[in-house]
Amino acid sequence: MSAFVPTAPVLDMDAILQDANVHIIVCTGSGGVGKTTTAAAIALRAAEGGRKVCVLTIDPARRLAQAMGIAELDNTPRPVEGVDTEAGGSLDAMMLDMKRTFDDVVERHADPERAKAILENPFYQSLSSSFAGTQEYMAMEKLGQLHAQAQAEGGWDLIVVDTPPSRTALDFLDAPARLGSFLDGRFIRVLSAPARGAGKGLGRIASVGFGLFTSVLSKILGSQVLNDVGSFVAAIDTTFGGFRERADATYALLKDSGTAFVVVAAPEADALREASYFVERLHADTMPLAGLVLNRVQELSLPKVSREQALAVAEGLAEGDANSRLVASLLQLHADRTATMQRQQLLAARFTSAHALVPMASVPALAEDIHDLQGLRQIGELLAQS
Amino acid sequence: MVNWSGTALHVVSGKGGAGKTTVAAALAMCLARDGKRTLLMEVEGRQGIAQLFDTPPLPYEERRIAIAPGDGEVWALAVDADEALVDYLASFYNLGRAGSAMRKMGAIDFATTLAPGLRDVLLTGKACEVVRRKTKRASNAYDHVVIDAPPTGRIAQFLNVTTQVSALARTGPIHRHAEMVMGVIGSPQTAVHLVTLLEEMPVQETIDGIAELRAANLPVGAVFVNMTRTPLLDERQSARVRKGTLPKNKIGELAVSAGIRQPAGEIALGLMQEAVDHVRRTDLEAREQERIDELNLPTFTLPYLSQGVALGELYALAETMHAEGIQ
Repeated sequence: MSAFVPTAPVLDMDAILQDANVHIIVCTGSGGVGKTTTAAAIALRAAEGGRKVCVLTIDPARRLAQAMGIAELDNTPRPVEGVDTEAGGSLDAMMLDMKRTFDDVVERHADPERAKAILENPFYQSLSSSFAGTQEYMAMEKLGQLHAQAQAEGGWDLIVVDTPPSRTALDFLDAPARLGSFLDGRFIRVLSAPARGAGKGLGRIASVGFGLFTSVLSKILGSQVLNDVGSFVAAIDTTFGGFRERADATYALLKDSGTAFVVVAAPEADALREASYFVERLHADTMPLAGLVLNRVQELSLPKVSREQALAVAEGLAEGDANSRLVASLLQLHADRTATMQRQQLLAARFTSAHALVPMASVPALAEDIHDLQGLRQIGELLAQS
Repeated sequence: MVNWSGTALHVVSGKGGAGKTTVAAALAMCLARDGKRTLLMEVEGRQGIAQLFDTPPLPYEERRIAIAPGDGEVWALAVDADEALVDYLASFYNLGRAGSAMRKMGAIDFATTLAPGLRDVLLTGKACEVVRRKTKRASNAYDHVVIDAPPTGRIAQFLNVTTQVSALARTGPIHRHAEMVMGVIGSPQTAVHLVTLLEEMPVQETIDGIAELRAANLPVGAVFVNMTRTPLLDERQSARVRKGTLPKNKIGELAVSAGIRQPAGEIALGLMQEAVDHVRRTDLEAREQERIDELNLPTFTLPYLSQGVALGELYALAETMHAEGIQ
């Protein structure tokens, strides 16, 4: 089938995958729209088309992870078996381990003794394993690392990244900077001041009610927490540059013309609303948007017969013999699918009327879940045919 | 049939995209039937409730948003961790003014970012405060509180506030507050429900989520299977589809003679292909349904609504829940 919505430009996925200038593809969208599957399918198609690809997935379904050989978490890209390498490409895959990524950052930048102190700090442990935003921060960090590794060693020429299942798709862009400015912010400096044995930061903030601030904070959190935070900040402060800077550097990488954002959605109101927010945000930040992938689109095998006609004829056949009743059931089924398709078209058209220039590709709803390379290959073909 | 008259707090979680906001809203509506009052709470700042009920964004304030059949009332509240902290400081430490001053400085945002466990305990704490709140006549302010909670992957952590908080604060007021919250959440007056679709990943997440909730001693309630499709073919017809023995010529002939003006062969092939897709889908759903059944939990099934969900559909879903035995 051709373009799902006639007015939307067609997203030419193969052109993007074959464009040697594109080094990073980011798949984003709200939860449950098939982001991970899309990222994996894009990566496989690019690899079998001759690119040397590394795909970073965040939270793949177990069977898909097994099929790609990434069910074991070791935070390092591994070659995926069963990929057709005839065109000269290759595919490595990994699943993000956020704690391990954070630990690596610490170990790389601090001497062994200091690294040990940081890794054992209770606040660091909570920060690295359960902090809101850590997953996004570490996904970006890992992307930055893989990119740097690719530049230095020339192993990969395309990195495809899936984004964490955040509350909103915008979190992927915002959380790292938010966490960065939090860790570099004035309040946390104040907490670390006693541990550094200086009153410099303290004097400055005293004017904005520092006493009140710490007393309320220790009232609700307990003084132990503040001590842990203080020694954590003091320990990281001298070892590596600002968190904010690191987040900014990766953010800049995402704005680069070698990056392509693929926004993934399902033809449902919530998912498309989320996609809209994201598209607007990318536009506002002049980030390179490739287009929208609409997953799980209802398709018809008999598009020429309308819903009304199918229902009217079905009604006439419903009282007949077994074969007539069979045809009546089949026509009702067709009417039902047509109704679903019409609703989806309406939703997609609404998106397109607000974002007329955003190219779109649609992938039909498949009868079964995807959990092997063959399934990913099929998705890749459908994406390219759009 | 379940009797939830003693269950004051309903926590609704589920995989993203499975429709947990819709299910939470319909459940609040169902439980409000016949003169009861329920509160529908949102904790993730998405304003999903406002969108669903087509109202302006909800403030941090309880508002009536719908009337349930038989003079019931559904109220809604969008809880925000920052506001809840100011609220908490005001009611427990008489620090209302200091709280708002700190809020202006960004200190509250800082504190809740510093300790994500704090954020969760404030959100769940607000729910527990509402659950325990009494009216002047000493009856419960609300008969039921329904939370549109974070997704399955995060739900055990979200609710298990004492563990979260004790990692940070082993003693002190927030620790005691967490214990109060756990006294409500870990008790039989709470039920954690999971919303799923009949697809492999959501079902797997539901199974994993239930194991996680049980490991944390959190009370598991029911499974809501959302967006199910009515099988449009009966068992005999489906069997013929599976075996590939549909009478192709007969189908085309009958459809044409009944008035569809397309080539008979084309009609037959099209209809048969759609039937094959449909049966593969319903077979997959049946397999996933079996995995849900093996959980041995109360299960409620909600239909897929091809026209989408607006206020009218919420009433219909609440009615379905009632008919399936929720009271």
